Amino acid sequence: MNEPLDAKSREKQYQLREEPTVRLDGRELFTATSVERWKQITENIAWFVCLLATLVLIVPMMAILTYLLVQAWPALSFSFLVENPHNYMTAGGIWAPLVGTFWLVWISLLIAAPVGVLAGVYLNEYARDNWCTRIINLAVVNLAGVPSIIHALFGVGAFVMFAGMGRSLLAASCTLAVMTLPVIITSTREALAAVPMAFREACWNLGASRWQTIRTIVLPNSISGILTGVILQVSRAAGETAPILFTGAVFFSTLPEHGIRAFFPYGLGDRCMALSMHLFTLSTQVRGVTPALQYGTAVVLIGLVLAVNSLSIGLRVYLRSRKKW
Amino acid sequence: MLQLVLDRTEPAVEWLIRLCGWSAILLVFGIFFFVFREALPMLSGKLNLTEFFTSPQWRPTAEPEPHYGILALLVGTLSVTGLAMLMAVPLGLGAAVYISEFSSGRMREILKVLIELLAAIPSVVWGFIGYMVLGPIIIRLTGAPVGVNLLNGSIILALMSVPIIVSVGEDALKAVPDSYREAALSLGASRWEIVYRVLFPAAKNGLLAAVLLGVGRAIGETMAVLMATGHAIQIPHSLLDPIRTLTATIAAELGEAVQGEPHYRVLFVIGLVVFVLTFIVNLTADLVVKGIHNERAA
Amino acid sequence: MDYAIQFDDVSVQYGGKTALRQITLAIPRKQIFGIIGPANSGKTTLLKCINRTLDFTPVARISGRVVVAGRDVASFRNVYELRRRVGMVFPLPVGLPLTIYENVAYAPRRAGIHDRTELDALVEQCLRQAMLWDEVIDRLDMLGTRLSGGQQQRLTLARALSHRPEILCLDEFSIAIDPVTTMKIEDVLLELKEQMTIVLVTNLVQQARRLADRTAFLSDGSLIEEGETEKIFTQPVNRLTERYVNGEFG
Repeated sequence: MNEPLDAKSREKQYQLREEPTVRLDGRELFTATSVERWKQITENIAWFVCLLATLVLIVPMMAILTYLLVQAWPALSFSFLVENPHNYMTAGGIWAPLVGTFWLVWISLLIAAPVGVLAGVYLNEYARDNWCTRIINLAVVNLAGVPSIIHALFGVGAFVMFAGMGRSLLAASCTLAVMTLPVIITSTREALAAVPMAFREACWNLGASRWQTIRTIVLPNSISGILTGVILQVSRAAGETAPILFTGAVFFSTLPEHGIRAFFPYGLGDRCMALSMHLFTLSTQVRGVTPALQYGTAVVLIGLVLAVNSLSIGLRVYLRSRKKW
Repeated sequence: MLQLVLDRTEPAVEWLIRLCGWSAILLVFGIFFFVFREALPMLSGKLNLTEFFTSPQWRPTAEPEPHYGILALLVGTLSVTGLAMLMAVPLGLGAAVYISEFSSGRMREILKVLIELLAAIPSVVWGFIGYMVLGPIIIRLTGAPVGVNLLNGSIILALMSVPIIVSVGEDALKAVPDSYREAALSLGASRWEIVYRVLFPAAKNGLLAAVLLGVGRAIGETMAVLMATGHAIQIPHSLLDPIRTLTATIAAELGEAVQGEPHYRVLFVIGLVVFVLTFIVNLTADLVVKGIHNERAA
Repeated sequence: MDYAIQFDDVSVQYGGKTALRQITLAIPRKQIFGIIGPANSGKTTLLKCINRTLDFTPVARISGRVVVAGRDVASFRNVYELRRRVGMVFPLPVGLPLTIYENVAYAPRRAGIHDRTELDALVEQCLRQAMLWDEVIDRLDMLGTRLSGGQQQRLTLARALSHRPEILCLDEFSIAIDPVTTMKIEDVLLELKEQMTIVLVTNLVQQARRLADRTAFLSDGSLIEEGETEKIFTQPVNRLTERYVNGEFG
């Protein structure tokens, strides 16, 4: 039936509608049978279930974090951060543990970052693909999966006992360094592998040596990826408790609060306080602490870790926008 | 000038790089070696291994006869891990599927960031949450005498393992080539059918590896279970019984054990047990993932 | 006759696979020498032997002698010196993620030249020779990777010229670029042959016919025939050569 159609009704005729039928020129071209309807139903159910799974994860977490923040609120203040704990840890602030965590992380980074990055450079740029390299790769991957308490035992056996460091800032930092090393190696390798092989070959053909190529082209173009990995490990080192529990962290120690000494309260051979350990002991072993202090410590630790992680994530996003090829 | 210095020192630099590369393998053996070293005096003879693995009596400070039986601790570890996985695997895989297949663009980025931040929360904070927040809730909801128990620990462990399962699982799903999805679409499959009939079989190795890595994380977790499962060394009979895991035992008692004494050394033996357990789990995950590469190459 | 490169019974194996079989070949100076042949005939491997970039493939085994400028390449203690005497252009255009200026200045810098005026002059000369100067004169600090494919290939050529090689090797340089750029580069090569020896590997037989003075035909790792270009194309001795230059295969 070919009736003359005006523009508007012609438009309507050819419009595809959202329901599972399509009308074209007045005729139904496709009708959803029970098979398609069933597919639609199962897809909706699946979508819903998966969404539910995701929400069950995220919503309670948000609720818990908010609860922590609310409970911690009375205690959070600038003085909380810069005062030392008083009165057998039942009052005061968290300055000493904060400084302790800072030094622990910083020294372990000083050890782990150069070694890890160079090891990653070796594995990706120099190592040939033979049995030897494969074992090293296996070793790195498995080292990354070692539980933190085993790192603690290793730290006690190797650094406290064997190397004679005793329980000290140095031993604890070395333990943390060993803990973060494998992941730094892996993320360095990934960052290096992201630089296309074609660049390296172009440089070799121009008469540049392997190291020159790495120094001038490969490293500068992967440094941000490497940095992202290192920063992530910084946040991990700041939060870990078990590795430092027996290798150098201590719950109580008298410390200067003012002056320049407040920033350098621990010698390498001294035991030190740390935020993670402080939280552990404060919440499980000390009586008579106002809950707000405990929650406050927890909130500061979470905040610290999340802030560093966000830095890493932000760096990654920035990276993606500045791609050079 | 700097260029000249950098070039002249090239052999030294290459040597240094090689040295660092070997550090990783040295460390793995080193870890095993040093833990073994402290445990050895106890292992060679003094420790009754049958009693060790089969007796639930853990009384290291008893006079005159200390008992070193880790059965209760082993059951503690396995039960809290098992229960945690029961919760974490469906949640984790469901979330992985949602993020990978049902969400897109902005929402996906936000979810991935949230999962990453979830993964970053330190274990002592999780323990704190279990002890201070979840404990009272459990007491209120179930009338149990103590809020730190098997249930508490499993929930906390589940929440801790999920991010690994989600991120590794999502990677596995993303690694399935788009051409599979497109082929299925052209045959008329719905999104769920694509997931169920195409992606799960294709990514099963990676998903299995994700679960295994989650298990490995749970077995090795220390601080969170220390704070959330209580201190009772017993084989649990109900979800509300407090228990103790292998890892928590080490953390709780190493500080008091005198260095060199049997108690101290037995704790290192427990450490070896945990190390071996996680090593096996991680190695399996590794091999499972390699299975993909071999299949792909074939 | 003065030879720039000589291959003396050279064989190359990658693991179990033979890439080159007993190649004996002499490439005269200051000419364009074409190498033609179907895929997988070992043409690229041949080029890699010249500047020893085969070293970067650990599984490669080479036997026989390759002589460049009178010296066995294996005897070069400083292999970078050898690589600076040989320029290389690849099939796929590669711009290094540096500024255009730094792209061309890369090789001189690695060789120790850091004087700014010297580098300026060198960069300009190479970019002019590669027929790219006029297009980039006002944006020398733009990233090399942002150029078009044809421009990047000319940039690669400029880079290859920047270390003043005696020998310039081109490996199927035109397959990824447009015909206009190809013509420009072909003109450049015809000019350059007065200053250096050019080895042109190509799968476009007509390109070899246009440019090369002498041509060699490789198939499956063996040297089938070699001689003056016109003779190879009009009166080939070997039946296989005749079939290839007439387009019956490859």
